[in-house]
Amino acid sequence: MNIDKKIADDLVANDIRFVTTVPCKQLAGVIEEVEQRDDIFHIPSNKEDEGMGLCAGAWMGGKRPAIIMQNTAIGVTINTLATLIQYYRMPLPMIISYRGELREPVACQVEMAVHTKALLAQLNIPTYHFHWQRDVEEFDNILKYTFMCNKPVAILTDANFWGGYGDQ
Amino acid sequence: MIRSEILEDIAPILRDQLVVCNIGIPSQELHAIDDQPTNFYMLGTMGLASSIGLGLALAQPKPVIVIDGDGSVLTNLGTLPTIGNNAPSNYILMIIDNGSYGSTGDQPTYTGMKTDLAGMARAAGCDNVVEVQDVGTGAALQKAIDDGVATVMVVKCDSGNAKMPVISMDPVVIRDRFMKAVAG
Repeated sequence: MNIDKKIADDLVANDIRFVTTVPCKQLAGVIEEVEQRDDIFHIPSNKEDEGMGLCAGAWMGGKRPAIIMQNTAIGVTINTLATLIQYYRMPLPMIISYRGELREPVACQVEMAVHTKALLAQLNIPTYHFHWQRDVEEFDNILKYTFMCNKPVAILTDANFWGGYGDQ
Repeated sequence: MIRSEILEDIAPILRDQLVVCNIGIPSQELHAIDDQPTNFYMLGTMGLASSIGLGLALAQPKPVIVIDGDGSVLTNLGTLPTIGNNAPSNYILMIIDNGSYGSTGDQPTYTGMKTDLAGMARAAGCDNVVEVQDVGTGAALQKAIDDGVATVMVVKCDSGNAKMPVISMDPVVIRDRFMKAVAG
């Protein structure tokens, strides 16, 4: 299964037409897939809170948004999640590269990984963790759930899900 | 002129437009001067007015006017390259540059010193940057709307705030009536 293609297919099938991204090595394939889709407007952000602002505006303008980012960004976006996305009750699927988990080669990434789920839980953000490739089968349901309840929803995708880092 | 005097001046122009207004006293002033369903008031999240407005302008065809401040743009400087490379023709970013953080007690920002926001916007790729002194705001804004090109306005004015009540409207109500106005 090509998970990059499956994720982009599910975004399109759920009428998500506005995607902002802050890159990660693990997410390179899905970002490229999103960029190539004619039916998705892809706008890179310089920082994740900026990206959430773009998504909030797009949603109020009638387009379903999504953000693709690293879990380190949870540390950057807590205020935005609480005072914009949650306070105004807006839907936002967050496809998150879960750095610092199993098969991670860079030790510093673990330092935010150990806080990631705790921070999301503290914010009452529904959180799903994709560890095996087959977990992506849930993605379509998660998107439907997000736009049903108008909440930010986190999809953590770890290195094992993406197939590791080659030889590392 | 201070910000609230500019807002009173341009309220008739803003009235029929989609407006995304910056956090704190700017939103309180606009709300008190001329509350409209076409106004989206930010109650928190300093810095993101320009980004919210950009997302809105990209998602639908009506003109979008963002009322931002120098302090808020400085806190989200990454917005300028994103605007410079993506802003559609219906996007107007109006930065009220009074050289101070008005909502927190008028502490000075760097734009009152050596930093030039208009120059930074140009360097970030914004093609149409207009610098205007407070009294000229209405004419410059109307021209930006009539021209129909993506515009960044840097409006120089005095530091200071009008005393207006805090917005007590529920955020979901603000958002819901705004979305209905966008779709209407």
